[in-house]
Amino acid sequence: MKKKVLSLMLIASMTAGLLAGCASSSSDSSSSDSASSDSAEAVDGEVFKIGGIGPVTGAAAIYGTAVRNAEQIAVDEINENGGINGYQVALQFEDDEHDAEKSVNAYNSLKDWGMQILAGTVTTTPCIAVADKTAEDGIFQITPSASSTDVIKNDNVFQVCFTDPNQGTASAQYIAEKGLGTKIAVIYDSSDVYSSGIYAKFKTEAEAQGLEIVSETAFTADSNTDFSVQLQSAKDAGADLLFLPFYYQQAAIVLKQANDMGYEPTFFGVDGMDGILTLENFDTSLAEGVMLLTPFAADATDDLTTAFVSKYTELYGETPNQFAADAYDAIYIIKAAAEAAGIDPTMSAADIGTALKEAMVSVTYDGLTGTGMKWEATGEVNKDPKGVVIQDGVYVSID
Amino acid sequence: MSFVLYLINGISLGSVYAIIALGYTMVYGIAKMLNFAHGDVIMIGSYVSFITFSQMGVNPIVSVVMSMVVCTLLGVVIERVAYKPLRKATSPLAVLITAIGVSYFLQNAALLIFGANPVSFTSVVTLSPLKLAGGDLVISGTTIVTIVLCLIIMGCLMIFIKKTKAGQAMLAVSEDKDAAQLMGINVNATIALTFAIGSGLAAIAGVLLCSAYPTLTPYTGSMPGIKAFTAAVFGGIGSIPGALIGGILLGVIEILGRAYISSQLSDAIVFAVLIVVLLVKPSGILGKPMREKV
Repeated sequence: MKKKVLSLMLIASMTAGLLAGCASSSSDSSSSDSASSDSAEAVDGEVFKIGGIGPVTGAAAIYGTAVRNAEQIAVDEINENGGINGYQVALQFEDDEHDAEKSVNAYNSLKDWGMQILAGTVTTTPCIAVADKTAEDGIFQITPSASSTDVIKNDNVFQVCFTDPNQGTASAQYIAEKGLGTKIAVIYDSSDVYSSGIYAKFKTEAEAQGLEIVSETAFTADSNTDFSVQLQSAKDAGADLLFLPFYYQQAAIVLKQANDMGYEPTFFGVDGMDGILTLENFDTSLAEGVMLLTPFAADATDDLTTAFVSKYTELYGETPNQFAADAYDAIYIIKAAAEAAGIDPTMSAADIGTALKEAMVSVTYDGLTGTGMKWEATGEVNKDPKGVVIQDGVYVSID
Repeated sequence: MSFVLYLINGISLGSVYAIIALGYTMVYGIAKMLNFAHGDVIMIGSYVSFITFSQMGVNPIVSVVMSMVVCTLLGVVIERVAYKPLRKATSPLAVLITAIGVSYFLQNAALLIFGANPVSFTSVVTLSPLKLAGGDLVISGTTIVTIVLCLIIMGCLMIFIKKTKAGQAMLAVSEDKDAAQLMGINVNATIALTFAIGSGLAAIAGVLLCSAYPTLTPYTGSMPGIKAFTAAVFGGIGSIPGALIGGILLGVIEILGRAYISSQLSDAIVFAVLIVVLLVKPSGILGKPMREKV
């Protein structure tokens, strides 16, 4: 019996040792992974430390991955061309799995790393949580893609993408202007601020434009797999355009179920629809003719777009989506503002924050996602949306 | 006309719930435990079918059979490794917590193996949609197959329990485990068989579920699992016809509630109905009243 107890204890201590070994080695490897990006640190000792946060795993991984890749491209380019104000830039990107709590944790670990500027977060709900933290710490934050107005309620946060109200308003104007439909049905996710925010503004503007909304139905995060009822309601109401202000995972099911029931309206999405073509095994013929408003079209022929698209495709093996373009712009916007403010990395994060905040309103930036982009002191961006339509599995500009 | 369509969609969704609920109800009836990992077995089954059918291009029926084989093995292994050692545990909570642990284990294993990005499941049903009333009423092939398959499975299972020795052994074990053992029934083998059947059915349910709602992620099984568990309680846990009735009622209430009351409150409505049913009939619609054992 004693022997048994002794051997059990031995086993326990050995497994504990093993596990401890695992933990430390895995954390080592992960930190060396993320450290690969701050190779610039060696130069001169002083570097700008830019942090990124976004979902690189989990259901929204497609967005975070695109942002991480594009931010890396932009930072590498800037470093090759002499950095910002003569200083090199280090980028560290943390995963938040599109979860507010994990995002705040990621923010804290970036702060421990010494982050001075935050280029994130990618998705709205986590961004609202992190925006409160950056406001407390006075850190300058620019989000590539979190589009709610709640994100920019603090004056240190700026957006590269449109705000939700702008997307809703712009979509309604676009539909009216191009005569895409007269009887409109909307399905939206009432449990998501992004989706319901766009919906609210869309509705107001659509009425102002004389568009008739014949069916409005909602779903929630717990019931986001079956849309037969919502689609049937739209079909019964005779809608010829279906507005889908939500993410592509659900949109894929909507397209499939609409096809199953033989309902063929014009589908009109917003930037959350971006990504549907890269969904694994998705039958892209279902998305044929789907329209969406996006500030970026990868088929555009200007030099900036073609250079970025070819570099991204070469490095990561896929065509960059709008999130990648927003992120690439975000880094260059930081550069533009930093040069206007004349900051250097020896300043404290809060001082850098104040300087950049003041410089932002005077910056005019021509980038992938718009020309002549300007910012209000509120953090909102002014630029024009572009409409794209999916044809033969690729985006084609409508205009 | 819409009403008929809603009803058919509800029955179809309910049929999937019913097939999943069978797994819960049989295991509860015989092992007196709630196998919370059941929903995740569905997800694994769907991934097996996705890989074999959508990626490797094998015949859909072969793919479903392969998925059933994998799930059956998985079910038996889970029972042997995680539940059997705890069967004699003093507290029934031990095995309940283990079941939740297995559920998380399967979800996270799937995250590691298949990744977190959703994949689009190709429907294994190639039947073209049925168009009635001049195109006003379109019933998809998946819907028809789901309902028919659910009825066939129910029928087969009832016959199996009534007419075969193994089925009778299951009944006996569910009535009284100790007495059954005294009569020469191998209780462990019977319980393993129950898990095998339940998990095999979970594979079918997973394929049907993903054929109708084609986005597959490592979390796909959890919500339908909870709903199906509700259906099992609704119909009377431990009762096989109860699972059928509970499942279909749940599906119909969910869809009709979404259509006529509120598209956001459908889940709240489902659970409100459940509470009312349980207040009136605590053992569920077809549940046997609990006998006090002395």
